[in-house]
Amino acid sequence: MTNLLTQPVGVSHYMAVGAVMFVCGIVCMATKRNALGVLMGIELVLNGANINFIAFGSAYLQKDSAMSLGLDGQLIALFVIVLAAAEAAVALAIALNFYNNHHSIDVDRADELKG
Amino acid sequence: MDQINWHTFFFLLSALGACTFALMVVFTSNIVRMAFFLVLSLTSTAGLFFLAGADFVGAMQIMIYVGGTMVLLVFGVMLTAQERFVSLKTSGGTWSLAALAGGALLAVLLQTAFSVDDWKAGDTAQAGQSQTTATRIGLGLLGARFDEGTSGYLLPFEIVSIHLLVVLIGAAYLARAKRRAKPSADNPADRSD
Repeated sequence: MTNLLTQPVGVSHYMAVGAVMFVCGIVCMATKRNALGVLMGIELVLNGANINFIAFGSAYLQKDSAMSLGLDGQLIALFVIVLAAAEAAVALAIALNFYNNHHSIDVDRADELKG
Repeated sequence: MDQINWHTFFFLLSALGACTFALMVVFTSNIVRMAFFLVLSLTSTAGLFFLAGADFVGAMQIMIYVGGTMVLLVFGVMLTAQERFVSLKTSGGTWSLAALAGGALLAVLLQTAFSVDDWKAGDTAQAGQSQTTATRIGLGLLGARFDEGTSGYLLPFEIVSIHLLVVLIGAAYLARAKRRAKPSADNPADRSD
């Protein structure tokens, strides 16, 4: 096995990190009972996707830099960040509304959302 | 003994931080600690962005995500952190099912990540010569892309602007303070507020 520290990193390594964060987010969304924990899982998923966009947009992480997405990857990552912020605002408003109406933040008890 | 590749060293540092803190978000049941570990994970991700040459996106990650979205989430946590909701336990069946699905997904994704030879190693020696990207991103958002022949992102930029306006109004509408239309005198719950 070659020493990891002396080799240059590539898109594969970034994708591995993105995959770990994505799976962490999925497991977080599936297992948390607190509605805000589910929201944090969504943030992790979006970040895992963003890492892939940035890695493919980078000019020097692939052997052939002509294959990289260039600036497109970074622009899409910016849009993802903005949409994640918007999603967090609306989801938090819904969660707070649910908390005000039901005095609970447990998603297992959110089977009827009509206040 | 070869020279240590410092780009790789800092990549491993940030990657280890991002993955470890993401795992700690999953395995902590205390919601306040989850929020804190998520802040650390997102900050480490910003380090990964800097190392990939995306300096503007890395700065935006810290400003919007860590500075904006996370403050929003922490406020949500503080507004709802009653004693019985701080740590909600999950049943073992849910955990095992989620671990099964997550493990299968992780195996597929990792195998895909290391399946292409061109992706395995880059030419990170050029990383020192990369230019700043803020000007090019700003011009790209305004529709001017002189680095390539493709068109810019003026239309998505406008759509996102309208989207943010709609979200702002929607969030303010959803989270507004409710007033009861007819407070009835015989209901003691209404009288208290």
